[in-house]
Amino acid sequence: MAVFGPRANLFMTATLVGSFWVGVLLIAAIWVVPLMDYNSQQRFAPDQPVPFSHKHHVSGLGLDCRYCHTSVEQSSNAGMPSTATCMTCHSQIWTNAAMLAPDRTSLAEDKPIRWTRVYGLPDYVYFDHSIHIAKGVGCTECHGAIGDMAITRKAHSLYMSWCLSCHRDPAPHLRPKDQVFNPHWRRTNSTPSPEALLVQYHIKTEALSDCGICHR
Amino acid sequence: MRWRSSTALVIVSMSVAACDNMANQPKLNPYELPFGSQINWPVRPVPHTIARGDPLNPPGPPPVSMALLERGQQRFDIYCSPCHSRLGDGNGMIVQRGFPHPPSYQSDALRNAPNQLFYDVITHGYGVMYSYADRVSPADRWAIVAYIRALQASASASLSDVPAEKRSSLQ
Repeated sequence: MAVFGPRANLFMTATLVGSFWVGVLLIAAIWVVPLMDYNSQQRFAPDQPVPFSHKHHVSGLGLDCRYCHTSVEQSSNAGMPSTATCMTCHSQIWTNAAMLAPDRTSLAEDKPIRWTRVYGLPDYVYFDHSIHIAKGVGCTECHGAIGDMAITRKAHSLYMSWCLSCHRDPAPHLRPKDQVFNPHWRRTNSTPSPEALLVQYHIKTEALSDCGICHR
Repeated sequence: MRWRSSTALVIVSMSVAACDNMANQPKLNPYELPFGSQINWPVRPVPHTIARGDPLNPPGPPPVSMALLERGQQRFDIYCSPCHSRLGDGNGMIVQRGFPHPPSYQSDALRNAPNQLFYDVITHGYGVMYSYADRVSPADRWAIVAYIRALQASASASLSDVPAEKRSSLQ
């Protein structure tokens, strides 16, 4: 009896080709998929109960971010506006607009609108809006050109590597205190240098990438 | 036998650890539904309660200082200027888009109105104006009242009211 049957070569080839493709698939799954926007939801804009436009309200009407996100300076959470906040204006303006029907239902039934979260962090990440505001990190550093978004989309991946890119070198991301909420801020010749801002805000760069800064 | 049971223990503990979903821990984040919640909207504060740290009786008006006026200006520009405009004349952007015109702070009635009136209107709203109690803290309301008084004073001020060293910045 022969050790190798007549189809031994076929099995050998199939095994070699098969393991090659299994390897390719593994690399794709482990290495390529996390790099895809599909995985990080970057540039994705989920459907919302009301198609709220930051472009219209912020850039068009000139509302300050804090008009709706009231707790962003004191709290870890920026705060979502209550239905009453929407109705402050929309009880008088666009009162019959079809796209605002969920607002009116919410007010009539006394049930909050449930928005779909665009920026979500896992529970093992500690994040606080207020400290970033207090240290001169503008809204658009993380939320992108939010003032020009007709529909809110995720501007960055929120991967740890992205967080660290700023925590390891925060200076270029800082701006003067009165420009933090300006969605169209640009550095000019009269802006204090990044290094001067770093000193002004008392930011200790050597501690910013400690594990316990974000994982506590 | 002993080797086998310890191996089993390692395998079991490793597989249990793999099931542990650290991304979704048993703790409540803002706006998150309580575990096993039967309702499908976030919990709101219990009626007739106040947040921890809030004073039972709101503070009275603080002494006027430059810091208070600057805080008042900042808060006024955020919450009031959309309708009342940065000048306080009631021609804000939202009014230009069809919101009913609020009275100007320069009217005789509002020039002679007590400070408490402005505080109360911010707290409870007035006419078509909604309450801002959830957006403007009591201390900030007094800061805004102080800034409204400054706006009223500035409208009828002349160059001689400005300190000599600052006049050049206006001319």
